[in-house]
Amino acid sequence: MLTIDGLRATAGDREILRGITMSVAAGEVHAIMGPNGSGKSTLAQVLAGHPGYEVTGGTVEYDGRDLLAMEPEERAHAGIFLAFQYPVEIPGVSNAYFLRTAFNEIRKARGEEEIDPMDFLDVMAERLKLVDMDEAMLQRSVNSGFSGGEKKRNEILQMAVLEPRLAILDETDSGLDIDALRVVADGVNALRRPENATIVVTHYQRLLNYIVPDYVHVLANGRIVKSGGKELALDLEARGYDWLIDEPRTAGAGA
Amino acid sequence: MNTAFLEHFAALPQEGPSFLAAMRRDALARFTAHGFPTPRNEDWHFTSPAPIVESSFEPMRPMAAPIDRSAIAPWMAGSDEWPLLVFVNGRFAPSLSSTASLPVGVRAMSLASALLEEPTLVERYLGRVASFNEQAFAFVALNTALMRDGSVIHVARDTRVSRPLHMLFLTDDAADGGVTHPRNLVVVDRNAEVSLIEQYASLAGGRSLTNAVTEAVLDDGATLRHYRLQRENMRAFHTGHVDARLARDAHYHSFSFATGAELSRINIYATLGGEGSGATLNGLYMLDDVQHCDHQTRIEHARPNCYSRELYKGILDGASHGVFNGKVYVHAEAQKTDGKQTNNTLLLSERARIDTKPQLEIFADDVKCTHGATVGRLDALSAFYMRSRGITAATTRRLLTYAFAAEVLETIELEPLRTALEALTLARYAGE
Ligand SMILES: Nc1ncnc2c1ncn2[C@@H]1O[C@H](COP(=O)(O)OP(=O)(O)OP(=O)(O)O)[C@@H](O)[C@H]1O
Ligand SMILES: [Mg+2]
Repeated sequence: MLTIDGLRATAGDREILRGITMSVAAGEVHAIMGPNGSGKSTLAQVLAGHPGYEVTGGTVEYDGRDLLAMEPEERAHAGIFLAFQYPVEIPGVSNAYFLRTAFNEIRKARGEEEIDPMDFLDVMAERLKLVDMDEAMLQRSVNSGFSGGEKKRNEILQMAVLEPRLAILDETDSGLDIDALRVVADGVNALRRPENATIVVTHYQRLLNYIVPDYVHVLANGRIVKSGGKELALDLEARGYDWLIDEPRTAGAGA
Repeated sequence: MNTAFLEHFAALPQEGPSFLAAMRRDALARFTAHGFPTPRNEDWHFTSPAPIVESSFEPMRPMAAPIDRSAIAPWMAGSDEWPLLVFVNGRFAPSLSSTASLPVGVRAMSLASALLEEPTLVERYLGRVASFNEQAFAFVALNTALMRDGSVIHVARDTRVSRPLHMLFLTDDAADGGVTHPRNLVVVDRNAEVSLIEQYASLAGGRSLTNAVTEAVLDDGATLRHYRLQRENMRAFHTGHVDARLARDAHYHSFSFATGAELSRINIYATLGGEGSGATLNGLYMLDDVQHCDHQTRIEHARPNCYSRELYKGILDGASHGVFNGKVYVHAEAQKTDGKQTNNTLLLSERARIDTKPQLEIFADDVKCTHGATVGRLDALSAFYMRSRGITAATTRRLLTYAFAAEVLETIELEPLRTALEALTLARYAGE
């Protein structure tokens, strides 16, 4: 489904991704772990099409298409969804309106009919239950004044409504209390389908108890330094990252 | 000196009460003495009236042909069930108006008929609020000299009206090259409360000049909510002056919504002339192409313990030019004045330009007056967030633009109007 080959990306004149290679097949769950600043979010954002990063090398193929040539909205239309590490506040646009607009634009792009506001409310009611969110949150501005945990839940709500084929969750677990973590993980699991795939970026093994990965990758200094099965996460929990990082973290950066 | 207006004056029919004739002559004399403002005039620094002066407008021709009610449906601004006074090419159009549903205690009539039927009321207030004795007020002087029609609203003591009254000023096919001077007088008696919509719009695409003046007098404890909508066609010229005088504990809420006209200048003035009174002056202007829109607000704190609140937002696309000049004048005796002014601008294009100028003159020592202005562009991160959800770039721009305006639109208490203006805001930049 997704094939990343030698992906390099810079922000300003700083190289952040320094040759990432990995592939994800339908039905799989991949976890990406690694120290702060290693480039995990950058990878996630580049896959979603963030215009602030420049891809300087490598290719990304998604369902046989050149992902890097697609606009962010085209990627969403093709089924890619990024749950942001830091969801963006948009005062003045209600959550309900935002979601309905996104939902309909995706349908329109796929040649499907738009849904009217009443029918959409039914869709929403069901999805709200999935992430255990209060209906009142729909009338509030997108993420505006939401608590950290509420923002994360809202990301999963959006995911539940938009039903992506490839979901990328960037530290959706951080800042969640243990009950919220379970709700979010249950939500993600409920949306899993054999034809879909998930990439989970996390620092914590505990999330992987709920969303069990098929593969774990360790990203350090813009490269994948180790890949393995779900046991790798346990190893990392016990031993940290130092044993995997054979060069000083800042070497090469900014050069 | 522009002689066209002197010819208009000479051609005015000799009618109406004698006080009016004297006031007209006085106004014309002031106008002749001062002439039109130039860019050297501080109040007109960023807006040149030259295009208006050079256009040599003629007195407005009457309505070209009868207008069907369905033709005015797009301008109902929330509801077609509200009492409505329609003016076409500056003259009252009774067949399009409906004042039957006016509640007891409220009178609404055309200025032309008020001059015949209510000369005492008119004489008492007309021309007493909006001063024209300065070059900066040349257009007020012209309006005073040349006014023909407009509306006169009187709300009797203790009357509280829930439904707004809508005054709709339209121009039609015959309006090209013509000028109107709509003149409105609003008198709200003690403890009365009323909402007004004053709207200017075009039924055709010709270039005309609307030079409107509205005077409002609020007695003790009175409340006036005044929504002024300027939605004329993209070739129109528009000069508007609103002047409200407040007595003790009176409240004036003004909202200026301006999306139309090629060149517009709108003054919103309020004098807090009684203790405990307050004014809220909000506005939203959305421009594109070569539009130029200048708002000047002036709040005069003349008495102690008064408040003023101002929030103006501007959205500028194309090569448009916005101007906001917010004046606050605090008299020496106006202690405990509480004033706040904000002007936020969203620039949608590299070529758009804003000139924003707060102007505070404070002569009292125990006051709280703040002002702030921001100029920004659409937030790139918000845009990426929305697009990553599948929302196209064009819709994203539209939604974020709307989001910028939402805060000020939310201050509109009249819900159907708010909904209508929200829809207009969402649609304003739809064509990109
Ligand atoms: N737009 C940018 N401009 C400059 N530097 C950037 C930019 N985006 C990211 N970086 C830098 O790139 C490095 C990688 O950042 P990134 O957010 O991808 O790390 P991360 O692995 O997600 O870290 P964390 O675990 O803290 O979330 C960091 O040093 C960061 O400061
Ligand atoms: Mg990160």
